[in-house]
Amino acid sequence: MPDPVPMLAAEDVARSFDVSRPWLQRVLAGEGKRTLRAVDGVSFEIPKGTTLSLVGESGCGKSTVARLVVGLYRPSRGRILFDGVELEQARADAAQRRRMQMIFQDPYASLNPRWRVRDIVAEPIRAFGMVSEAAAQREKVAELLTQVGLSPLDGEKYPHEFSGGQRQRISIARALSSNPEFLVCDEPTSALDVSVQAQILNLMKDLQRRLGLTYLFISHNLAVVRQISDRIGVMYLGRLVELAPAETLFTAPRHPYTRALMEAIPDLDMTGRQRIPVGGEVPSPISPPSGCPFHPRCPLANARCKAEMPALLPPRGQPDTIVACHAVEEGRDPAPAPAGADQRMGTTATAL
Amino acid sequence: MSGALARALDSDLWWSFRRSPTTVVSAVVALICVLGALLAPVLAPHNPFDLATLSLGDAFKPPAWTPEGDAAFPLGSDDQGRDVLSAIMYGARISLLVGVCSVLFATVVGVVIGLLAGYLGGAIDSLLMRIADIQLTFPSILIALLVDGVVRAALPPEVHERIGLFVVIFAIGISAWPAFARTVRGSTLVERNKEYVLAARVIGISQARIMLTHVLPNVVGPVLVIATLGLGGAIITEATLSFLGVGVPSTQPSLGTLIRIGNDFLFSGEWWITIFPGLALIAMVLSVNLLGDWLRDALNPRLR
Amino acid sequence: MMQVQDRPLGRGPGPILEVRDLRVEFPTRRGVLTALDGVSFDIAPGEVLGVVGESGAGKSMTGAAIIGLLEPPGRIAGGEIRLNGRRIDNLPYEPMRRIRGREIGAIFQDPLTTLNPLYTVGRQLIETMQTHLDLSDREARQRAIGWLEMVGIPAAAQRVDSYPHEFSGGMRQRVVIALALCAEPKLIVADEPTTALDVSIQAQIIALLKRLAREKGTAMMLVTHDMGVIAETADRVAVMYAGRVAEIGPVRDVVKAPKHPYTDGLMASIPPLDRKVHHLAGIEGAMPRLSAIPRGCAFNPRCPHVFDRCRVERPELLDTGTTRAACWLYDPASEKQAPELFRHA
Repeated sequence: MPDPVPMLAAEDVARSFDVSRPWLQRVLAGEGKRTLRAVDGVSFEIPKGTTLSLVGESGCGKSTVARLVVGLYRPSRGRILFDGVELEQARADAAQRRRMQMIFQDPYASLNPRWRVRDIVAEPIRAFGMVSEAAAQREKVAELLTQVGLSPLDGEKYPHEFSGGQRQRISIARALSSNPEFLVCDEPTSALDVSVQAQILNLMKDLQRRLGLTYLFISHNLAVVRQISDRIGVMYLGRLVELAPAETLFTAPRHPYTRALMEAIPDLDMTGRQRIPVGGEVPSPISPPSGCPFHPRCPLANARCKAEMPALLPPRGQPDTIVACHAVEEGRDPAPAPAGADQRMGTTATAL
Repeated sequence: MSGALARALDSDLWWSFRRSPTTVVSAVVALICVLGALLAPVLAPHNPFDLATLSLGDAFKPPAWTPEGDAAFPLGSDDQGRDVLSAIMYGARISLLVGVCSVLFATVVGVVIGLLAGYLGGAIDSLLMRIADIQLTFPSILIALLVDGVVRAALPPEVHERIGLFVVIFAIGISAWPAFARTVRGSTLVERNKEYVLAARVIGISQARIMLTHVLPNVVGPVLVIATLGLGGAIITEATLSFLGVGVPSTQPSLGTLIRIGNDFLFSGEWWITIFPGLALIAMVLSVNLLGDWLRDALNPRLR
Repeated sequence: MMQVQDRPLGRGPGPILEVRDLRVEFPTRRGVLTALDGVSFDIAPGEVLGVVGESGAGKSMTGAAIIGLLEPPGRIAGGEIRLNGRRIDNLPYEPMRRIRGREIGAIFQDPLTTLNPLYTVGRQLIETMQTHLDLSDREARQRAIGWLEMVGIPAAAQRVDSYPHEFSGGMRQRVVIALALCAEPKLIVADEPTTALDVSIQAQIIALLKRLAREKGTAMMLVTHDMGVIAETADRVAVMYAGRVAEIGPVRDVVKAPKHPYTDGLMASIPPLDRKVHHLAGIEGAMPRLSAIPRGCAFNPRCPHVFDRCRVERPELLDTGTTRAACWLYDPASEKQAPELFRHA
């Protein structure tokens, strides 16, 4: 019987940033304050022991969600529940805080270059006072390093003595050292070479199985996401546009943007199919378009899309999916087809 | 210990040091200056402060290699019959002491303020940096003069005489902190957003602890460079203050004091009384500055 | 060193670019590092050669050596680079600078490093064209607008007077492409031209590059770490490992039926989009540092098929039937022969 309380629940979470120029310049140029809505009303739940991935292009707000969820940012609106408890309250309690950890993208910036690896890995152990005796701490660090595929002797070295993949292993060891249950992974493999990426993904899957971890996985790489996720949310301009079980998203993508993303991935199978890339670029989140944020690039856009923001609703015949698209709601979209298959859907004339 | 030494000799810093002849020469000159100053009581031929050994009969002796020179006074003697070489060695002690202490003072103040401003940001940052901006609009010598003047007016002369050295150190240090604060703030802004700091925040490490154990060790490199370059500046500032007669008490003559005293005799032909302390000052400041330049280039990965 | 032809010559005109046994060294205080070692390939007119490899493989350095922009203290220590039959690896700075721009166009990952922020894009295009081609001001401006249109900048006639910062990232990369092409070079060296871009923009830029190379008959060297981009764009591909070419051949053969164990491992590491796999293959270990390239075959410590010869003797590029691979499994004289083990084979 799975635990009915989700590990994490986000309810209409939003976060804006003040990106105005300094006061004096603003007054001189006669312009007002400018806010960037990085995340604008996102809701999701992550059941215990599962992986939710958020995908999207740069500026879609997926990394901001990751930081909101571990309390690095405070939401401007909405609330986040960690195992049923308000996040802020949970973060104030070391026993709760210990249960969440984060893995970052850049293996060169995520380890303090002046610390030895054993101190980096032991930092959470010391901060939470989990093991006080020095010998036991050493043992725990050695065990963690072994667990992520490094040698206990590596603890004596400094981060610069390791390759990118090994550093990411150190990051994972540090994250695991407080015996967490929930890991937020912000593009953990996107700075790595592809052969190393495979090793890290395998390690993360293996750890999840063995330790029963819950993941929030942030990535821009759909193929990576398919390998690791139970459910996937596609983000565009600070909003979720589609949220579906992983297999469903790939076999029957519904939102025109999800389809465009899949269409844009270079084809390794060399079927010789002519890809028709989606035209245009992601608009600025400082002045997002009216109505559906995707309408300027959408082949299915009509007057309603320009005026009215679509709600996340399950499309007909796909009760596990929710999509924010008027065309899908009205049944104007072409029949869903699996990713990689020929799914020409009359994308807008590209800028080419 | 031998392991640490071997590592240091193998480091990039040592390698770039040996490759630059200018730097090696500067280091030798600086070392001579420092050793001469530190070991003045042992090495100096006379004790210029021991009134018992002074004799007016020895006054105005030219350097030893001139026809009227006296081997007992290698660089000549002044109007009181003091040995110029000994006076320089003792004076360099004062100059170095004031220089090093004021730079240390400025470093501590600047690093603390820079860390706080950079890490905490917001209103604290704006406030601290505006103070630094305002102070930077005044020449540092003016600030030092101002501080010295205020203290001098506020304290009775005998007290001032006793703590005069500290007043000068404080005055010079206070005039130099903004350079440290701005650099540290800049580096802190970069480090603060690095993921290793975020990782510490996720764990819930306190801000003070993050600043001290994570950020500080990663921003000290540039501080070392400014401190070295600042040492030359601080020694010059001290010399300028003493030359103007508002620096260290005249009972503890620094190089600047010696130059001022000798200055009175420059046009009556006793040039050595002022020229030699001046040369010593130039050698000291130049060598320290060249070392600072080297350190800056050696620590800057983009120039390597 | 052997002279390796990765495919028979003699059909059509000669290659635009010939690289033979290129060797690049970096003198450091711990000794001389060999960053590129015996790299050889050709590019024919209108052909796109993909150069693919993981970080540290030397793919970008190969591009930099060809355009004469090796970062000091790196230097070409051996081999030849010929452009239209003329040696360019030993040219002094000034003649090389003229060749760069006129005969070789360069596209880098970050468009901002290529564009001068102080001048309008039109002025930069006009200047480049007038330096290399004999054009009046009016003609040059007309052509600048034409180029911007060709690379897909909307309202080119107005945008020609905009500054680089007024363009978005994708549009900027289009401007860079126009700038690289406007002097009508015979060869384009594109180093990770789409890496900094989002996937939807990336697809647009790839399509653009492909079209322009075909239309203008320009030879292109496309350096990237992304096999997908190579598969979509290149005619042939060279896979690099530790400063050497591991395998080179027609893109379809290399991607679909890799012959070198490294290429095979690389392809198996790429997560598939169309299915979920239980365990990704990957390659154990990591690429060696330049200071510790193993003896013999550079890949031997990670290779699942390694045998004695690989640990002592460096393999040359050998014919595998479809591609050429630097692997002793394909030498009939070896004690171990390539099994029918590789994927898709």
